Order: sequence, then structure tokens, then C-alpha cells
Amino acid sequence: MDMVRALSDIGVWARLTVVQMRRVGVDSLPVALFIAAFTGVVLALQASYTFTGAVPLYFVGTLVGKTMMLELGPVLAGLALAGRVGASMAAELGTMKVTEQVDALETLAYDPQSYLVIPRVLAGTLMFPVIVAFAVATGIITGWLTSLVLLDLSTQDFIKGLKLFYVFKDVWFGLLKSASFGFTITFVGCVVGLSTRGGAEGVGRSTTRAVVYSAILILVLDAFWAVVLL
Amino acid sequence: MIEFQDLHKAFDEKQVLQGFSLRIRDAETVVIIGYSGSGKSVALKHIVGLLHPDAGDVIVDGQAVSTLDRDGLTLLRQGIGYVFQFAALFDSLTVADNLALGLRRRGLGEEEIEERVREALALVDLSGTGEQMPAELSGGMRKRVGLARAIALRPRYILYDEPTTGLDPVTSAVIDRLMVRTREHLGVTGVVVTHDMRSAYTVGDRIAMLYEGRVRQVGSVAEIQQTEDPVVRQFIEGRAE
Repeated sequence: MDMVRALSDIGVWARLTVVQMRRVGVDSLPVALFIAAFTGVVLALQASYTFTGAVPLYFVGTLVGKTMMLELGPVLAGLALAGRVGASMAAELGTMKVTEQVDALETLAYDPQSYLVIPRVLAGTLMFPVIVAFAVATGIITGWLTSLVLLDLSTQDFIKGLKLFYVFKDVWFGLLKSASFGFTITFVGCVVGLSTRGGAEGVGRSTTRAVVYSAILILVLDAFWAVVLL
Repeated sequence: MIEFQDLHKAFDEKQVLQGFSLRIRDAETVVIIGYSGSGKSVALKHIVGLLHPDAGDVIVDGQAVSTLDRDGLTLLRQGIGYVFQFAALFDSLTVADNLALGLRRRGLGEEEIEERVREALALVDLSGTGEQMPAELSGGMRKRVGLARAIALRPRYILYDEPTTGLDPVTSAVIDRLMVRTREHLGVTGVVVTHDMRSAYTVGDRIAMLYEGRVRQVGSVAEIQQTEDPVVRQFIEGRAE
């Protein structure tokens, strides 16, 4: 409720959101791309191993594309970023809380919701789909390169497989899921961080809690979106 | 004027304030002394609405703080500077930006903000530190920046939470002198929470002792120094028994 009310304080959160978007993007992209790159390799090899002799090899492209877009791109990036972004936000806000910086912010007539929470949550919600889009593209590219080099699959066949059951929903479903993960990770990080008590030990506890809660919620949300939209 | 009216506050089972009443007149500095954990900082936080009383209230300029909504609190806080025990500087901002943050909230132009930041840093003898990060400063310098952040706002009231705790005697004396200088230059009303008696005698017009959740004695510096109340006497003399 406090967060909704603080949305009216646009003069405060708008500029800070841009700063946070840059931070979330720069912090998250290398991790997400690293994970996606290796996931693409493994997907291509496992698909080829599974299909041998029974299914045409160009289905490797189908499996890599569909799996990256619908599931592994958003979920693996989400889980990794729960540890990277969520933990970092919980630790930062937790430290601010126990060192009275949040109180100081209030005495300077700022609402912590509009100064700290809204910029982070908006940045996460807007930037995660962008990060996941890059991750999905990276996974598909490494899957294609693996098929080309290790599986003797031609580029044409890989693309043929990629296009085979492609529907636009694959894209928006993955990106919608990513936005919900971004919201969840940053919101949980902020809420847990701001409820920190008890000095350095409390900050450590909050950081762990933020990662665990975010990971659980990501998996629950993943199932929820699958039930509702697929 | 700030007035604590029969303030009660408990945390879980622990009753911290139990009918704390005290009136702080305009342009005076009142020092609240008391044992660690006696509720001095808790009382101070009620003035700016950081804590909500269980019963009673704090009246600032005729307004009951606990009845103010978010906008009312924002307006109230714009007239009050708060100096935190450990300075509470924002780690990610430079010293100048720490000072400028509250001024930007008040809608001042960048030129005036720069001028006020420069002036406030000069008043605490920290000219030229504006571009430094808080992590680069010593404990005493951080406290002075905390004070400068409050001064830059040109508030009507300044609240000091343990301003000299953890500092060596010389740095404590510097902070005391700055607090006196602030009152003389800006004519602000001050509320100081401390258990440093030397500081209390230096900066206070009046001293109030908080004991078992309420005011045990309040009086001028001379009255407190000559008190016959055994509890107050023991505290100001720092005797174990």
C-alpha cells in the first residue's frame, strides 16, 4: 500500500529508476549471458543425444529455441539474479536500515518507498525482460554453434527446426515471466532489506532470506504462468 | 516549542517511556541525560515521527506529531535537523551530496544548494571535503558532516542523538563548540541526548534526567550540578554506587 501511495512522488523515483536500471542491467548481464551460453551448448548436445536415430536432427533447433524462450532463459536467469540482484539489494537496504540511513532519509523528508523501493522494483521489472532477451539470444546462438561444430547440423537445418513450431507467444510468454521474476526478486530484496534488525548478523540473515524467498517464489510463479497461460 | 506530553512507549514487554513529559522552549538547548537504554533516543525519535507513541504525544509548534499524515510529517520534518549517533551518512553519496539531498527535497536551486553546502561545511571546519566519500572520513569528521547536513537545512530545531559518543575528549570538545556555535549563529532550538556530562554542561541551557521512563529532575546546569537527588547525583558524578 505504501509503495502504491509513493508512486505519486514521481519527482523522486523517476531519476533514481534510471540509475537503478543501469545498475541492474550492468550487474546482471554478464551472469545471465554466461549461464545462457553454456545452457545453449548443453541443450543442443542433449537434444542430439535424445533424438539419435528416432527424430530428425533439425529438431535440435526446435528444442533449443523453445526451451530457451519458454523456460530455461527466464528461470535460470531469474534464479541466478535472485542471488546477484536480490541479495545485493537486501544487503544494501539492510545495512542502510541498521546504520540509521533509512531513518536519516525520513528526517530529510524523503519517503523510503519512493527513494529506495520504487526505483529498484521498477528497474528490476523493466530490465529483467531485456536481460532475459539477451540471454535467450545467447543460448540460441551457442546452441546453433554447437550444432554446427559438434553435431554436423547445417545452419539451414538448425533454423528450419527453430522456426518449426515457433509462435509469437513463445517470446511474450518468456518476457512476461521475466518481468514477473524481476518484480519479485527486487520487491522481496527491498522488503526483506528494510525489515532488517540486529546489525551485521541481521544483514547476513536478510541476504540469505531474500535469496531463498525469491528462489521459491520464482519456481512457484513459473508453475503459475504455465498453468494460466500455456 | 516542543512538548512531550505523558509519552508512553514499549517494545514487546519492555516499557521504555512511562509518562515522559518535558517542555522545550524556543531558542533554548535542552539536554536529556540518562543511563544507556533509558529511552533517550526513543524520545527523540518521537519528535520527528520515526516512532509512534503507545500513549501520550509530542507537540511541535502546536501540532500533535502522532496525528500527522505522511504530508504533514514531511512538512514537519522540513523544519527539523537530526544529527544521528553514528552520523548515518549515505555511503553511496559524496559529502556534498549528503548535504544537498535534504536541500533538493526542499526545491532549492542548484546555485543556492551549492552555497548552503559550502557554508555548512565551513561552519563545521570541513571546507574542501565536499567531494570525499563518507568512508574516507574519520569518526569525528563524519559526526561533523552529520551536523553540517542538519545545519544546511537552516532548521528551526536540531535534534542531537549522542553527538559525542565514541569520540576522544578533544574531538568531543570540538563537537560541543560546534553545537554552541550553531545555536549562536542560527538561533535554533536544540534537543541533545547524551550521557556525556561534560558535553551536557557545555551545550545545555537546561538539563533533564530521564529515569525509569519519566523525567526524574529538570533544571538549569547549576541546579543539576547542585542537586541533592541521589539518583541524579550518582549519574552526574559517574559513581558506581
